Amino acid sequence: MPATFIQPEFRVKIDYDKCHKCGRCVQQCGWGVYDFNERPIPHDEKCRACHRCVTFCPARCITIERNPLAYRDNENWSAPLRKAVWKQAETGGVLLTSMGNPQPYPRIFDHLLLDACQVTNPSIDPLREPMELRTYLGRKPDAVTVEPDGQGGFRLAEGGGVSRNIELATPIIFSPMSYGSVSLNVHKSLAMAAERCGILMNTGEGGLHEDLYPYQDHVIVQVASGRFGVGPEYLQRGAAIEIKIGQGAKPGIGGHLPGEKINKEVSSTRMIPQGTDAISPAPHHDIYSIEDLRQLIYALKEASGYKPVGVKIAAVHNVGAIASGIVRAGADYVYLDGFRGGTGAAPAVIRDHVGIPIEIAIAVVDQRLRDEGIRNQASIVAAGSIRSSADVAKAIALGADVVAIGTAALVALGCHVCQSCHTGSCSWGITTQKPELTRRIDPEWGAERVSNLVHAWSHELQEILGALGVNAIESLRGSRERLRSIGLDEQTNRILGVKPAGM
Amino acid sequence: MQQVIEGYRQVAPAMRAEGDTVVLDANGVYYQQLNEAIRSAVSAGARNIRIENANGQRYIGAGLRARDLRIEVHGTAGNDLASFMDGPTVEVFGNAQDGVGNTMASGKVVVHGDAGDVLGYGMRGGRVYVRGDVGYRVGIHMKAYESLVPVVVCGGKARDFFGEYMAGGVLVLLGMNTQFPGDPIAGSFLGTGMHGGVIYVRGDVEPWQCGKEVGVAEASDADMAELRPILEDYCAALGLDLDEVLAQPFTRIVPVSHRPYGKLYAYL
Repeated sequence: MPATFIQPEFRVKIDYDKCHKCGRCVQQCGWGVYDFNERPIPHDEKCRACHRCVTFCPARCITIERNPLAYRDNENWSAPLRKAVWKQAETGGVLLTSMGNPQPYPRIFDHLLLDACQVTNPSIDPLREPMELRTYLGRKPDAVTVEPDGQGGFRLAEGGGVSRNIELATPIIFSPMSYGSVSLNVHKSLAMAAERCGILMNTGEGGLHEDLYPYQDHVIVQVASGRFGVGPEYLQRGAAIEIKIGQGAKPGIGGHLPGEKINKEVSSTRMIPQGTDAISPAPHHDIYSIEDLRQLIYALKEASGYKPVGVKIAAVHNVGAIASGIVRAGADYVYLDGFRGGTGAAPAVIRDHVGIPIEIAIAVVDQRLRDEGIRNQASIVAAGSIRSSADVAKAIALGADVVAIGTAALVALGCHVCQSCHTGSCSWGITTQKPELTRRIDPEWGAERVSNLVHAWSHELQEILGALGVNAIESLRGSRERLRSIGLDEQTNRILGVKPAGM
Repeated sequence: MQQVIEGYRQVAPAMRAEGDTVVLDANGVYYQQLNEAIRSAVSAGARNIRIENANGQRYIGAGLRARDLRIEVHGTAGNDLASFMDGPTVEVFGNAQDGVGNTMASGKVVVHGDAGDVLGYGMRGGRVYVRGDVGYRVGIHMKAYESLVPVVVCGGKARDFFGEYMAGGVLVLLGMNTQFPGDPIAGSFLGTGMHGGVIYVRGDVEPWQCGKEVGVAEASDADMAELRPILEDYCAALGLDLDEVLAQPFTRIVPVSHRPYGKLYAYL
């Protein structure tokens, strides 16, 4: 019998008339697609359509095509389902994949449209008028105490009720991606970009490498169930601390960083031996209730000198009540990760079938916290497939304070969304620890590209605000009246708090 | 304006000096004010602190990093004692509650009574010695790295999930000073998901008590040579008789694989 029934998904086509026979493709491919015998010879079954070879071929003689091999039509038994069964029959394994949910569920952001001013209320030209994107992440007081400043004005009284907030120049931060899942050069690129853009990057659960210490005021340090790299120094260095409960790509399950990715540097940053699996259990074993969560929030505050502590959860069915509990437990922000959020590795069955859309989660949580009169007590960070500045504006209009981007930042660094992060062989040098691949990203180059993306989106946000006739992002926050839906059912509209277009 | 939270008053604890020891009266004081007073005393140079009348205040010693600092707690220490601690020695003359040594980096905790659940969770260095019984999920996900090897010794009995997900370090259970003479020395699921480190149990454990990821054997002479200095230190810290502790053979429990889930997946 053949080793596998699974036929290659792609075909690598080389125009040998144009080919320089230079071997660049052989050298660039992280998956080992090419052999070389006087000319490059591709093995189609290894190709993941990441376009590294295509991009670097000096002769532009390579193209990747979908394998046209026909399967007998069956809407029920699609070709990917048949292949999944063959794979599991061959291996007996849980199918592991990466990045965000690629399945054709409705994308609510693409059914929402923004308002604009016409005639009766003027729009604002952001090129000439001040347009404020500055956002403060953290708990806002119910009331403040002020006192005369002796010069005819007022100032905040000492202990006037304001918790520590983090100033962001724009309402976009980087989502947690651990050193281990991504390379150190990616972490450096994000940290440098965060500093330049006046925003934050997030360590994920993999510790803080000492090369990132200079950027620590722009780093959220994460505490997850495996507690990798967590110590008092780590907590005291971060600008804020984040308790990771769940992730949109894999709600309710833990993480396993395979031993192959635990090299010397990853091992020292995580403070675990080389070559052992880094296992993050599904739950925190000291959190079984909102009261337990409160205990960890305040343990982290006590250990860090009362830094802001946020809690990240996956958006799941009962997200409103859970978020309410998190805010009441004392979190300074709630980070909601929708079901399309990315991952470095997750079982396909979980990534593709668990969780709810971020758009719904934002609306439900914002409304719940408003109804309970505690919306001011925590910021809402929304993530889980924020793909453009339009998504940012819509997320904020639905009720988010800040959005977090992960995949978008990686795409800026060269990621082609080939969904192969879990293999550890990323040809673009992003989700790998192999030195010959990680050196493909120069942090200085990476920081510039990611900064460019954040700046471009920020300019676009200013354009959107101008069109809406408001001059601060705060005026858009939770302003669902400025959204209309098309093609959504009545119940979804009601849950989103959005009227259909025309109303 | 003085507020009362869950029966505790939000006031600074009464403080006095006895020689070079700073004495804090914790009676009825909310944990935030108590811990603030501890941190202030440490910043002012105190290296010996005695807390009297502790009645469940949380986070004592949390995140403290002074290596030569000694804290005595008289009474009952609250949850997350010595969590994220790096260096100090904390001695409790009484019982401790849940979360002792949570994610502790280094230092020493000695509890002269019993302790609660999730003791030593994610602990990566230092030592925790308990004279009596401990609760559920003790030693979960302890981990070692190079010279950092956490050690936990429990003198009494333990409940379920002892050493679950353990990734490194040494976890010892003696079953001696216990309130539960009729119970087995440990509950079920001992060492479930364990992939590093070693557990020593004084006496035997039944196969049904252990997770499927561990192998169980009698401790060899070489194992006992590793364990003996730990038990010497433990007995010295708690005033116990080493010969009595060593009077029974020990069982050694280690993981069968450092990668228990290495073959679980098929890559798409």
